[in-house]
Amino acid sequence: MTDHALSVVRAGALTTVQDLGRPGHAHLGVPRSGALDLPAARLVNRLVGNPPEAAVLETTLDGCAVRPRRTVTVAVGGAPCPVTVDGRPAPWGAPVRVPAGALLDVGTAVSGVRCYVAFDGGVSVEPVLGSRSTDLLSGLGPPPLATGAVLPLGHPGRDHARVDVVPQPAPPQELVLRVTLGPRADWFTAAALDTLTTRAYTVSSASNRIGLRTEGPALERAFEGELPSEGMVLGAVQVPPDGRPVVFLADHPTTGGYPVVAVVRESDLAAAAQAWPGTPVRFVAAGLRRPSQVP
Amino acid sequence: MRALPVGERALLVELSDGTEAQALHAELLRRRASGDLRVREIVPAARTVLLDGLDDPGRVGAELPGWDIPSLPPRAGAVLEIPVRYDGPDLADVAAHWGVPVGDVARIHSAAEFRVAFCGFAPGFGYLTGLPERYEVPRRATPRTSVPRGSVALAGPYTGVYPRASPGGWQLIGSTDLVLWDHARVPAALLSPGVRVRFVPRTAPTAPAAGT
Repeated sequence: MTDHALSVVRAGALTTVQDLGRPGHAHLGVPRSGALDLPAARLVNRLVGNPPEAAVLETTLDGCAVRPRRTVTVAVGGAPCPVTVDGRPAPWGAPVRVPAGALLDVGTAVSGVRCYVAFDGGVSVEPVLGSRSTDLLSGLGPPPLATGAVLPLGHPGRDHARVDVVPQPAPPQELVLRVTLGPRADWFTAAALDTLTTRAYTVSSASNRIGLRTEGPALERAFEGELPSEGMVLGAVQVPPDGRPVVFLADHPTTGGYPVVAVVRESDLAAAAQAWPGTPVRFVAAGLRRPSQVP
Repeated sequence: MRALPVGERALLVELSDGTEAQALHAELLRRRASGDLRVREIVPAARTVLLDGLDDPGRVGAELPGWDIPSLPPRAGAVLEIPVRYDGPDLADVAAHWGVPVGDVARIHSAAEFRVAFCGFAPGFGYLTGLPERYEVPRRATPRTSVPRGSVALAGPYTGVYPRASPGGWQLIGSTDLVLWDHARVPAALLSPGVRVRFVPRTAPTAPAAGT
């Protein structure tokens, strides 16, 4: 391996390689995957002059530490956290020069959950079906980072303008998810739909890249029955037998057999990636109407 | 048919049975290939087809019922042959469900022509239909924590082949060495919706054919 690489000194709780994901393969059972907080991933790429599709690191809660073998320009964004280079404080949310052999430490998130770390040239692990993303559900892409692993870096391009600072939204104090009625809303009682959009839910600690699980009142089914497997979209609010809504995130299964009561707007999902367990969740009706039946 | 909106960009089209869903799926692929339909994902399932990534789901939903959807041609495309050793741990249970001698399971299963109705569960896992209805079997009461890669299994109306080791509750009747999913290969998945399949019994581990 050349010096276009970095060594993983501290892998963190769960650090994965992510890009914009691999849409277009759902019919083969392959999730879209990709960065959970896509706007943050795009922003850190802009800060180092990468194209939006360059692969970055996505950390979970306690960051990670890496030692680049060449001098790199790095940017850390998403969840706010302390950043150090060889122990000296470095800015978060801005480009940082890290000399070859220096230790870049991305610390524990002060608020929010997932940090995004971009390197000029991007992380250049072998793409699978057009994407370098780690897909935790189906095991595609590189495995989560392990201490001691070495990841290849790409060569910095000169085609993309670098920015010095970009505004980034703070992690949500309350997660507001706008929803439209799902295809199986009629599997639930009218009271259940009311419950979903008026009662308090919180983010469950069982949430992951597959789904944002919630705690709160169970949604009552209008009838018990089994739904034959059907295609699932990003943002689908699926209701398993325990009645607690699960919002499907990037690594969600492409088909499933539990009814989808509602669908969250895609633009609201980035905030879900940064919501701590215990964060209040409010499902807000946005065009919540019974689906029209086509004769 | 019913076209149900799913969020801002998707439509779930509900058909009366799996055969209709497969026919609509074939027609959707034809229209996408000819440029008449712009859609990112076409995901067939048991009785539905999901269209995700539509510019105007309302318009497509309104137009769909007026489409002329040809019924599926009974034989189209090449048949993928999957060599199988019928030696699964649930062979006797399946034979008991079917009310036949154990030795007849391989004969009955390999006589059917299958079609990949849809995929899901794992990359390269296909839900294959084609076994006559009276051979449907329930899932196992207790799922196995690990089903070996290449296991050929039955559940409900479906046959499937596990592309990698994973937990599973299907009844295992045999195994194959055929690699169903290899992301370094084109195509990565041998089983994709619409592919025709036959299972060919093998009594011993398969050896490469001479002269090829």
